[in-house]
Amino acid sequence: MATLLIPTPLRKFTGGAGLFSAHATNVTGLLHALTAEHPGIRPHLFDDSGTLRTFIRIYVGDEEIDALDGVATALSSDEEVSIIPAIAGGTQ
Amino acid sequence: MSIPFSKAELERYSRHLIIPEFNIEGQRKLKAASVLVVGSGGLGSPLLLYLAAAGVGRIGIVDFDRVDDSNLQRQVLFGVSDVGRPKVEAAAERLRALNPHITIEVHDTLFTSANARELIAGYDLVADGTDNFATRYLVNDAAILEGKPNVYASIYRFEGQCSVFNELLPDGTRGPNYRDLFPTPPPPGLVPSCAEGGVIGVLPGILGSLQALEVIKVITGVGETLSGRLFLFDAATFSTRTLKVRKNPSNPLTGDNPSQTDLIDYEEFCGLQAKPTAEDRPVRDISPETLQAWRTNGRPHVVIDVREPYEAGICSIGGELIPEGIIAESINRIPRDVEVIVHCRSGVRSARAIRLLEDAHGFKNLLNLRGGILAWQKEVEPELARY
Repeated sequence: MATLLIPTPLRKFTGGAGLFSAHATNVTGLLHALTAEHPGIRPHLFDDSGTLRTFIRIYVGDEEIDALDGVATALSSDEEVSIIPAIAGGTQ
Repeated sequence: MSIPFSKAELERYSRHLIIPEFNIEGQRKLKAASVLVVGSGGLGSPLLLYLAAAGVGRIGIVDFDRVDDSNLQRQVLFGVSDVGRPKVEAAAERLRALNPHITIEVHDTLFTSANARELIAGYDLVADGTDNFATRYLVNDAAILEGKPNVYASIYRFEGQCSVFNELLPDGTRGPNYRDLFPTPPPPGLVPSCAEGGVIGVLPGILGSLQALEVIKVITGVGETLSGRLFLFDAATFSTRTLKVRKNPSNPLTGDNPSQTDLIDYEEFCGLQAKPTAEDRPVRDISPETLQAWRTNGRPHVVIDVREPYEAGICSIGGELIPEGIIAESINRIPRDVEVIVHCRSGVRSARAIRLLEDAHGFKNLLNLRGGILAWQKEVEPELARY
């Protein structure tokens, strides 16, 4: 199963869970498995036309998916996929 | 290089001088260097302390803020006696006491599109310790336009990020920048600020220290910087990752077809001045005084608190706790036959919850507590703690 790392700002949509695992052959499959189980997260990952939003990045291992095959990037069974959010805190 | 050191300086920096890769050449580069630190808060505190201690010759600090009690949980530059003082003034005093051999310059001002380029132009390098997306894009763009490296760190609750942007590389090109990583900011409200979302106090200490380390590496050329890489730290699980950052051909400043040649309106870019849409139409509300009167005269009503449980642990006005995130699945807990006052900390989340309940579930009996529990604390119950 591929594992998806959920960053803190999005964990309010996964009941607090930081990890999500599913059987998926590519990135799209994994993200759709996530949004099927946690529908509230969907608008934060995809726009209305189903395109990935540009204030988050999806990495497979240490490489951003744009440098691979985008959302079609194939996943091996134990691949680690990360959602990297923009965060801005520096604390005033 | 002809930069001399006094005996006091040589002794002070001796632990640098005896590192073979660093030695007096590295120390000379630090002394000759100037760094602009934007924001002297949680990240800026350790960053400034370590840059000053390390002997960076000229350090500029930009901040418009005053020291507040709630800063002291993490902003280790300041003490109780500084509360109420301008941060730049308190910071400069502390840093001058720490290292009299360097120059500290203060800019007690907001960092804006009007002054950003001029401020950055006066320094070799900028370090971004700001706390909002608009200023982060502003720092990034101004650094690119002025040809300066930008050492970046950012934090949220238990998570931290660090990278080096726009560094001049040996081949004469510049490394990736913030817009390569995140082309657009998230919409307002999606990622709360530390003031709203919280941050573990040690985390800015760790990330600000890493930022200082990267500043020193960029200046001295010692080691390999985080240019082209994003370092991630999750303090909750103590996991770290280092990911690749590549140039984005559609970057409006540094991509294949640049379209932006000057600074822009970053508030607008981040959607902070967007026109009200149906999504944020006003909702019916009630003032704290009126709610207090209802309570006193026994008018029937129900209060619902849409904050998180940990917020209710700081202060509460006794409402039923239904966090905003689970409100849609909790509609059977909300009565329809009596007026329901919905509140959060400042009134934003409760207004959003009311719009959702009205639009998707047909509620017509909901009132937003104007100004949230903060206004209630101020006007009705001053003994409650503010946060």
